[in-house]
Amino acid sequence: MAEYLWLIPTLPFIGFLINGLGGLIYKKVSKKTLNRYFVSIVACGLVFISLLLSTVAFVQLANMPNEHKYIEQKCFNWVTAGDVTTTGYYDKVPSKTTQFKIEWNYFFDPLSAVMALVVCGVGFLIHVFAIGYMWDDTGFYRFFSYLNLFMFAMLTLVLGNNFIMMFLGWEGVGFCSYALIGYYFHKKSASDAGKKAFIVNRVGDYGFSVGVFLLFMTFGTFNFKELGEIIGKLPAETHFGILSAVGLLLFIGATGKSAQIPLYVWLPDAMEGPTPVSALIHAATMVTAGVYMITRASFLYTRSYLSLEIVGFFGVMTALYAAIMGFFQRDIKKVLAYSTISQLGYMFTALGVAAFSAGIMHLMTHAFFKALLFLGAGSIIVAMHHEQDMQNMGNLRKYMPITFWTMMAAYLAICGIPPFSGFFSKDEILWQAFARGHKLFYVIGLIAAIFTAFYMTRLMILTFFGKERIDPHKKEHLKESPAVMTIPLIILGILATIGGFLGLPAWLGENRFEKWLEPVFEHNYNNPVFKMGHYTHSFEMMMAGVSVLAALLGFFVAYYLYGKKGIVPDDEKNWGRLWKVIYNKFYMDELYDALFVNRAKDLGNAFSAFDQAVIDGGVNGTAATTRGTAKVSSWFDKYVVDGLVNLQAWIVQTSSGILRKIQTGVIHNYALAVLLGIVILSCLYIFR
Amino acid sequence: MSLYNFLYLSSIIFTLGVIGVLIRRNILIVLMSLELMLNAVNLNLIVFSRLWGNVVGQVFTIFVVTVAAAEAAVGLAIVVAIYRHKDTVNIDEVNILKW
Amino acid sequence: MEILGVPILNAVTYFPLIGFLIILLIPKKKETLIKIVANVTAFIGFLISLPLIINWYKPEVIKGMKDGMRYVIDVPWIRTIGARYQFGIDGISLLLVLLTTLLGFIAILSSWSAIKTRVKEYYIYMLLLQTGMLGVFMATDLFLFYVFWEVMLVPMYFLIGVWGGPRKLYAAIKFFLYTLAGSVLMLLAILALYFKYISIFGWDHRTFSLFKFLHAGLDPQFQFWAFLAFFVGFAIKVPMFPFHTWLPDAHVEAPTAGSVILAGVLLKMGTYGFVRFSLPLFPDAMIKFTPLLMTLCVIGIIYGALVAMMQTDMKKLVAYSSVSHLGMTMLGVFALTQIGLQGGVVQMINHGISTGALFLIVGIVYERRHTRLIKEYGGLSHSMPVYATIFLIMTLSSIGLPGLNGFIGEFMILQGTFARTDLRVYAILAASGVILGAAYMLWLYQRVMFGKLDKEENKKMKDLNLREVFTFVPLIIMAVWIGIYPSFWLKYLKNPVKRITDIYQKKLAENKINVGHKYKVDYKGMKKIINNKMSEE
Repeated sequence: MAEYLWLIPTLPFIGFLINGLGGLIYKKVSKKTLNRYFVSIVACGLVFISLLLSTVAFVQLANMPNEHKYIEQKCFNWVTAGDVTTTGYYDKVPSKTTQFKIEWNYFFDPLSAVMALVVCGVGFLIHVFAIGYMWDDTGFYRFFSYLNLFMFAMLTLVLGNNFIMMFLGWEGVGFCSYALIGYYFHKKSASDAGKKAFIVNRVGDYGFSVGVFLLFMTFGTFNFKELGEIIGKLPAETHFGILSAVGLLLFIGATGKSAQIPLYVWLPDAMEGPTPVSALIHAATMVTAGVYMITRASFLYTRSYLSLEIVGFFGVMTALYAAIMGFFQRDIKKVLAYSTISQLGYMFTALGVAAFSAGIMHLMTHAFFKALLFLGAGSIIVAMHHEQDMQNMGNLRKYMPITFWTMMAAYLAICGIPPFSGFFSKDEILWQAFARGHKLFYVIGLIAAIFTAFYMTRLMILTFFGKERIDPHKKEHLKESPAVMTIPLIILGILATIGGFLGLPAWLGENRFEKWLEPVFEHNYNNPVFKMGHYTHSFEMMMAGVSVLAALLGFFVAYYLYGKKGIVPDDEKNWGRLWKVIYNKFYMDELYDALFVNRAKDLGNAFSAFDQAVIDGGVNGTAATTRGTAKVSSWFDKYVVDGLVNLQAWIVQTSSGILRKIQTGVIHNYALAVLLGIVILSCLYIFR
Repeated sequence: MSLYNFLYLSSIIFTLGVIGVLIRRNILIVLMSLELMLNAVNLNLIVFSRLWGNVVGQVFTIFVVTVAAAEAAVGLAIVVAIYRHKDTVNIDEVNILKW
Repeated sequence: MEILGVPILNAVTYFPLIGFLIILLIPKKKETLIKIVANVTAFIGFLISLPLIINWYKPEVIKGMKDGMRYVIDVPWIRTIGARYQFGIDGISLLLVLLTTLLGFIAILSSWSAIKTRVKEYYIYMLLLQTGMLGVFMATDLFLFYVFWEVMLVPMYFLIGVWGGPRKLYAAIKFFLYTLAGSVLMLLAILALYFKYISIFGWDHRTFSLFKFLHAGLDPQFQFWAFLAFFVGFAIKVPMFPFHTWLPDAHVEAPTAGSVILAGVLLKMGTYGFVRFSLPLFPDAMIKFTPLLMTLCVIGIIYGALVAMMQTDMKKLVAYSSVSHLGMTMLGVFALTQIGLQGGVVQMINHGISTGALFLIVGIVYERRHTRLIKEYGGLSHSMPVYATIFLIMTLSSIGLPGLNGFIGEFMILQGTFARTDLRVYAILAASGVILGAAYMLWLYQRVMFGKLDKEENKKMKDLNLREVFTFVPLIIMAVWIGIYPSFWLKYLKNPVKRITDIYQKKLAENKINVGHKYKVDYKGMKKIINNKMSEE
C-alpha cells in the first residue's frame, strides 16, 4: 500500500552515493571535479522527489479515518539475535522472554508527516539556496553529497518506526553535522567545532542509549507503536520509577542534539560551517530532533511527572539563558545561533507542560523563519564577501531589498507580532504553560520573549539600518544575491508569514494543527493530570496581547539604544563588566574545558604515565628481576658448578703436561723405545 | 754348513737393519733398513723350514715378501707425499706427531 | 565435505603450506615471483574457505555434525597419551576462520611494496603464520589446540624481530616471552584437566578432547584453579587490562602486515579461547569471577581509551584503542547472555575489520613518510582525498556509528550486559567508552587529515594506488554489510551461543542471579498518590 515509503529517505542516500562516491572516483580518474550542474540537479532533484513522495503519503494519510492514521512499510530485519528475558514493569507488565529483534521499518503518521514535510520542504529550499551559495567552492560535489546524506539520516530519524532506527538517524545527522561544520577543514576552528559538536552529542547519545537499553529491558520492544500500546495503559509515575529514569536518560540525548542546557555549547561553535548548513542542520531540522523524539515518546513522558517537569524547566531556562547570551554578539550568525537555542528552549517548555502539539507547531514555524533568517544572513555574507561582523554592516536595505524584506518577515515572526507565524506558535506555548498551571514557566518565557525582541531588533538595526560602516572595497561589489538564492528566500518568507494560520488559537477558531496531530497522542488523553484550566476566550486574547506588548517592549528598548542613540560599538566602555561576561558567554566554554576536557586529558596523561611506569614497569621489572637472578645463577654456574668440572680438567692437564714431553715426534726415539722394550722383554724372558 | 752360520748371518743382517732404522735420517734409507730386517727374518724362516722339513716356513716367507712389497709401496707413497708437503726427506724434520 | 579428496578443514588449514613449499624452492633473487606466489596462495586460501559458509546448511553437512561441530575430522594421533587429531568448526569458529583467511590475504597484499629486505623469508613466515592461526580456530582437541597455539607464536616473533622498527628486538622478545608465560600456565591447566579426567574415568579413557571434558563434571574447586590458569593464558593474548603492555610495543614495532594480523586475528585467539574453552568448561568458576572480570573489562575500556587519547604515535594510539575495544568485547562475552555473547563475537570480527584497516591506514602514510608521529602530519585531506575517505569510514566504523559494523557489536554487547540486572552498572560505565572512543579517534583524524597542509614532505604525498585501494575494498564492504544486515552473520552464531548460555541459565538460577528479576518498589503507595490526585480533580 505504501511501498514507496522507503524511497523518501533512500533517494537522498542515492544522491549521496552518486555525488560523493561518483565525485571522488571521477576526480581520481579524470582529475576534474564533477560538473556543478549535474551535482545540483542530482542533489536537489532527488530531494524534490522525496518531497513529492512525502506529499503523496501526506495526502494518503489525510484521507484515512482518524483512528487509523498510520502507514507502515516493513523493509527487513536489521538485527535478529538471541533471546532476552525482560524484567517487566513492576507488577503491571510481566517479565517475558522474547527475541532480540530490530526491524528496519518505516512508518508514517501525522507527526512523521509534519516532520517529513518540514524536513523535505525546508531542506529542498536550502539545497537550492546552497547552489548559489557554494557555487565557487572547489568541494561543490562533496558539500552536496554530505547535504544529501544528512537528508537521508534526518528522514530516517523521522520515519523510522523504532528507537534504534531513530538512533541510526540520530547519530547519522550527528555525523553529517560533524562533516559539514568541519567542511572548511583547513581552518582549525572549523574542524575543532565539528569535533566538539560530535563529542558533545555523543555525551547526549550516551544517555539516550542507556535509556533505550532500560526501555527495552523493561518492555521488550523498541517499536514506538508497541511501546505506546503497552505504556499507554500504565498509570503515571509520581515517584521516581523506571519510566522517569528512561525519560530523563532520553532527555539527556535530547539536550545534546537540541542544544539545551547543559549540552548547548556546541551549537554556537557550529556556526563555523557554511551558512546553508547552519540553516538546514543547526536551525531548521537536526536540532529539532530532540523535540521530535520527546513528542514521539510522549506516551512515556506523560507518565512521568518528574521528567516532564525537568524537561520544561531546562527548556525555559535555556530559552532565557540563550536569549541573554544573544544580546551582544557581533557575529550575525552567532546571534542567530543563540536565538535558535533560545527558541528550542521554548519548544522544550511546551513539551514540559505536555503541550506537545504546540511544541511541534513552534518547531515548524521556527523551521520556516529561522531557516529564512539564516539564509538571509547567508545572502548578506556572500554579498559582503564573507564578512560576518555586524559592526561592519549597516544600511544594507538599500543594496539588498529582497533579502531585507524577507528577513523582515522572519524578524516579525520570531518576535511574535501577529499575524506572522511565530506569534501563533509562541503565544500558544506561553498560553499553554499558563493554562496548565506552570505560572513560573510562563513568566520566564515572557521575559525571554522581551529579550528575543531586543536582540533581534538589534540585529536588524545593525545590519539593515543606520549608518553605513561597510569597508569601501566590499561596497563596490555589494549587490542583491542571484535568483537561485532569493527565490528560496521569498518562498520561506511567505511560509514564515502565513505558516501560523495552520494552528489558530482557540479564540480565533479551530486549531487544525492540533486536530491533525491528535491520533499521535491517543495514549495521553486518558491522563487526568494534564487537564487545562478553564479560562474564557477573552482572557486568552488578553494574554496574547500581553505577549505582543512584551515583544514591543523589547523592540523599543533596542530601538532606543541602537536606532536612536546609536550605541555602536558594543564594548566594555559602554556597557561595563556585564557586557564582558555576556559577550564571553558566561565563560561556559572555559568552565567546561577546565572541568571536563582538560581533566580528561590530564587523566589520559596520568594513565599513560601509570601505564608506562607501573604496569609496563611491572612487566619490565619482572624481566629485570629475571635477568638479575639469571646473572647470579650464571655466576654460580660459571665459578662453582663449572669450576669443579674445570678443576678436574686442570688436574689432568697439568699432569699430562709433564708426561707428554715423552712424545717427541721423532721416529727414531719411538723406534729406540720399541727396541729397548723388546730388549727388556727378551731379557726378562731369557733371565727369568 | 751349520745351522748357526745362517743364524749368525741373519742376526747380523737384522742388527744392521735395526741400526739403519735407528741412526739414519733419510726416510728412504730407513725404509731400506726395514726391508733388511724383514729379509733377516725371512732367512731364519727358510733355515728352520729346511731344518724341520716343513714347508710352512717357506710359505710364510712368500707371504712376508708380498706384504713387504705392499708395505714398500705404501711407505714410498707416504714418503713422496711428505716430500711434496715438507720439501724434505729428513726424518727429524717430520716431527709433527710431537705433543 | 572434501576438496580434491582432502577434508575441507585440512585443505583450508594447510593450503598456505603449499605456497610455503613453493616459495622455499624459488631462488631468493626472484622477489616478484615470490610475491606473486604468496599473493596467489593467500587468495586461493581465502577462496577455498568460502565453501565452508556456502555449504553450511547443506543436508550432508548437517548430518555430519558432531557435538555441534561441522566438517569434523577425528582420527587418532598420539595413541600413547590419547591425543587425537580433532578438527571441527561451529558458527563462532566459522566467522573467525573467514576473518583469518580474508585478513591474511589482505595483509600479504599490503606488504607488496612495504617489505624490501629478506622478501623470501617474510612470505614464508606469513604463510606459516596463516596455517597456525587457522589451526587454532579449528582444533577441538586441547593438545592439538596447544600445538597450533605455539606454532603461530614463532613466525610472529620473527616477523616483529626481523622486519620491525627500531626497538624490534625488545618488542619481539617481550611479545614472545609474555605470551609464552601465559601459554605455559594454560598448558599446565590442560594437563591438570587431562589427569583429572583420568582420575575420574581411568587411564583407558585418557583424552584431550574438549567434548569429553565438557561432560566430566568438574568440581568447583578444580574449576577455580583451572579457570585462573586458562584466564592468564587467554587474558594475555586478548589482552585484558592489566596484561596489555606487550601490545603497544609489539604493534608499534611490527611491520604493517604484522600489526594487521596481530590486531585482526591473533588477539581474537584469546577471546576465542574464552568462548570456546573457559566458558563451557568452568561455569561455576566463571560465575564466581564475573564481578572481577567485568571490573577488569570496564577498566580496560575507559583506561585504554584515555591512554589512547594522549598518545603521540599513531600506531600506539590504535593499539591502545584495541585495548579499549577488546575490553568491550570481553564485557559482552562475560555477560553470559545470548545477546552479549553474540555481540561479543560480532565485535571480535568488527575489531578485526576496523582496527586491521586502521593499521593499514597508518602503514600507508608510514611507508611514504617513515614516521608515525601525529604531529608530523596535518592537512592530508588536501593531497590524499581517497585516503581521507577511507580513513573516515574506518574511523566511523571504529567509533560505532550506526549503519556501520561497530555499532552493531557495541550495541548488542551493552544491551546484553544490561540484560543482567546485577551487571547493569558495568554496562552503564562501559557505555561511556563510546564517548571517549569518539574523542580520541576524531582528534586523531583531525590532527592527521585536517588543517593546513604546511609540511613540504606532506605536499608530495601520493594518494592511494589501485592495489592499496583494493586492500581496503573488502574491509569496507564487510563494515557496511555487518552494519546494515548483521542478521546474515548472526544466524551462524545463534546455536553455538545458545549452547553456551544454556549452561549458564541453570547455573545462574542456582546462584540466585536472576536474569530477569523484578524490582521491589512500593507500588501500592504510588497508586494511592495517583488516586488522591485524581480525586482532587
